[in-house]
Amino acid sequence: MKVLVGVKRVVDPNVKVRVKADGSGVETANIKMAINPFCEIAVEQAVRMKEAGLVTEIVVVSVGLPQCQETIRTAMAMGADRGILVDTDVDVQPLAVAKVMQAIIAKENPQLVIMGKQAVDNDCNQTGQMLSALLGWPQAAFCSKIEPAGDHAEVTREMDGGLEKLTIKLPAVVTADLRLNEPRYVTLPNIMKAKKKPLEVIKPDALGVDVAPRLITLKVVEPAKRGSGVKLADVAELVSKLKNEAKVI
Amino acid sequence: MAILVIAEHDNKQLKTGTTNTIAAATKLGADVSVLVAGHQCADAAAAAAKVPGVTKVLVADAAHYAVPIAENMSALVVSIADKFTHILAPATGFGKNFMPRVAALLDVAQISDIVGIESVDTFVRPIYAGNVLATVQSKDKIKVITVRITGFDPAEGAGSAATENVAAVADSGLTQFKGQEVTKSARPELTAARVIVSGGRGMGNGENFKLLEALADKLGAAVGASRAAVDSGFVTNDYQVGQTGKIVAPELYIAVGISGAIQHLAGMKDSKVIVAINKDAEAPIFSVANYWLVDDLFKAVPEMTAAL
Ligand SMILES: Cc1cc2nc3c(=O)[nH]c(=O)nc-3n(C[C@H](O)[C@H](O)[C@H](O)COP(=O)(O)OP(=O)(O)OC[C@H]3O[C@@H](n4cnc5c(N)ncnc54)[C@H](O)[C@@H]3O)c2cc1C
Ligand SMILES: Nc1ncnc2c1ncn2[C@@H]1O[C@H](COP(=O)(O)O)[C@@H](O)[C@H]1O
Repeated sequence: MKVLVGVKRVVDPNVKVRVKADGSGVETANIKMAINPFCEIAVEQAVRMKEAGLVTEIVVVSVGLPQCQETIRTAMAMGADRGILVDTDVDVQPLAVAKVMQAIIAKENPQLVIMGKQAVDNDCNQTGQMLSALLGWPQAAFCSKIEPAGDHAEVTREMDGGLEKLTIKLPAVVTADLRLNEPRYVTLPNIMKAKKKPLEVIKPDALGVDVAPRLITLKVVEPAKRGSGVKLADVAELVSKLKNEAKVI
Repeated sequence: MAILVIAEHDNKQLKTGTTNTIAAATKLGADVSVLVAGHQCADAAAAAAKVPGVTKVLVADAAHYAVPIAENMSALVVSIADKFTHILAPATGFGKNFMPRVAALLDVAQISDIVGIESVDTFVRPIYAGNVLATVQSKDKIKVITVRITGFDPAEGAGSAATENVAAVADSGLTQFKGQEVTKSARPELTAARVIVSGGRGMGNGENFKLLEALADKLGAAVGASRAAVDSGFVTNDYQVGQTGKIVAPELYIAVGISGAIQHLAGMKDSKVIVAINKDAEAPIFSVANYWLVDDLFKAVPEMTAAL
């Protein structure tokens, strides 16, 4: 079966972002970028299923600036076969990405779509669920296990209070949670190999999708800092502070 | 303004986040309906009718709503959506699962995880693991919103709303529910607890979490964990606090053997009082702590339990 994976280029999660001086957004110039960690897990899942003989081809799709090609190459170095960049300088929001993916899926006909559960820049946690709804396909969000079996898949989802098991018909959209797997490191030979893999670049217009943002960001600010705390000498002092000063116990 | 809140419940009781979400809804307008979709969910519907600020409870009772399957929940909400200007659900595993579908089917954006309401179309939401707060405006005809429950305190008092049945939408049949493994605990739920004791990689192993449980029991607290503790298999995933786990804001959060990575802080830095116990005097967790002890947790935690 063919699998399609959505990969987003985001500010490296280890970088502490700064708000632009005019409050219009977050400083992204000259900042280390990376593949969104949950997308990396999604790619890893597809590659493992290919290694297990369940998957024949892995297509990765990224929507955004030309630099997203680097993200696609990272996914290819992990083992994806082919890439599509939907090239746009618009700030693409989840609904637009879902519509782009829907248009690509109409051409590619994958049996399974794997997305990350959340992009760690906007923290939206929407795109996979939106795509599933637009396609009218089954959905399994926040998966920690995905086992395809013929025309369906057995999945385990992470819920607030534990785990949920579902059987979903294929084709379907699933989103990857942290515990699905631990992504491999890319090796130099695989990075070299990835450079030769096919990468198609298209424009949203060619797909007939309007990617204009629906939400307007009026301003961004840094949250109020917490006041600095006090270092205490011992447990006795801590218990006394909690009882008498903070009055929380 | 006609506002719809989707209740999270277990057919008997409302989950805590529902009342916070209703509190957020009442900031948008006075006409607040609550949808209770479930199976044999009369008790949950009755509970919703008593929440202050609710004007009407809509009940959809059918076997295929016994658990909230995303495809079925979204189809039901969409079937009644045109009567509303705003549709809200808690930004918990429940709301995050189906609300984006509602938005996509209505061809509107979803505004995720709001922590503030500026006006009927302008909202504040954290991005970049809570390191930045964005104010966003939606021009869509229906606002589909998930509410960060720590951002809104439930209203006090009691209401008495009328109840009305709404028709179920046929089961989509796309997914089949196979079962749940619910973590059972006598302690309070993380997102509802007044006090939380959380352990990190510094705990060393799962067995050592007993030290935290003993302390938690003295304080009537819930037990949480960092992702490193979850990844190392000390505790199950539903303990995880952080950007990708649970967002909590208790009165007292005690972080034990947790370094304080931004992704962890994202889930707890709005707690009223934060205590950190860490042997490393440079640990970043100290930057958000009100009180901190530079000490070995294996000494400090039992001492604290004994002192209470
Ligand atoms: C996309 C993404 C999402 C993430 N989401 C989350 C999330 O939701 N929640 C989360 O928590 N993390 C999350 N993380 C992981 C996060 O970056 C950190 O790796 C994690 O929080 C570290 O956990 P820790 O503090 O327990 O471990 P460590 O960073 O290893 O810290 C252990 C601490 O214990 C102290 N210690 C050790 N022994 C003792 C002792 N005997 N006494 C006292 N102190 C001791 C050490 O000094 C140290 O400070 C995420 C990461 C990524 C990339
Ligand atoms: N611009 C994008 N290009 C490709 N995939 C994306 C893009 N934005 C979001 N996604 C996918 O959707 C997931 C969830 O993102 P979000 O809904 O923005 O939190 C990501 O992990 C990706 O798999």
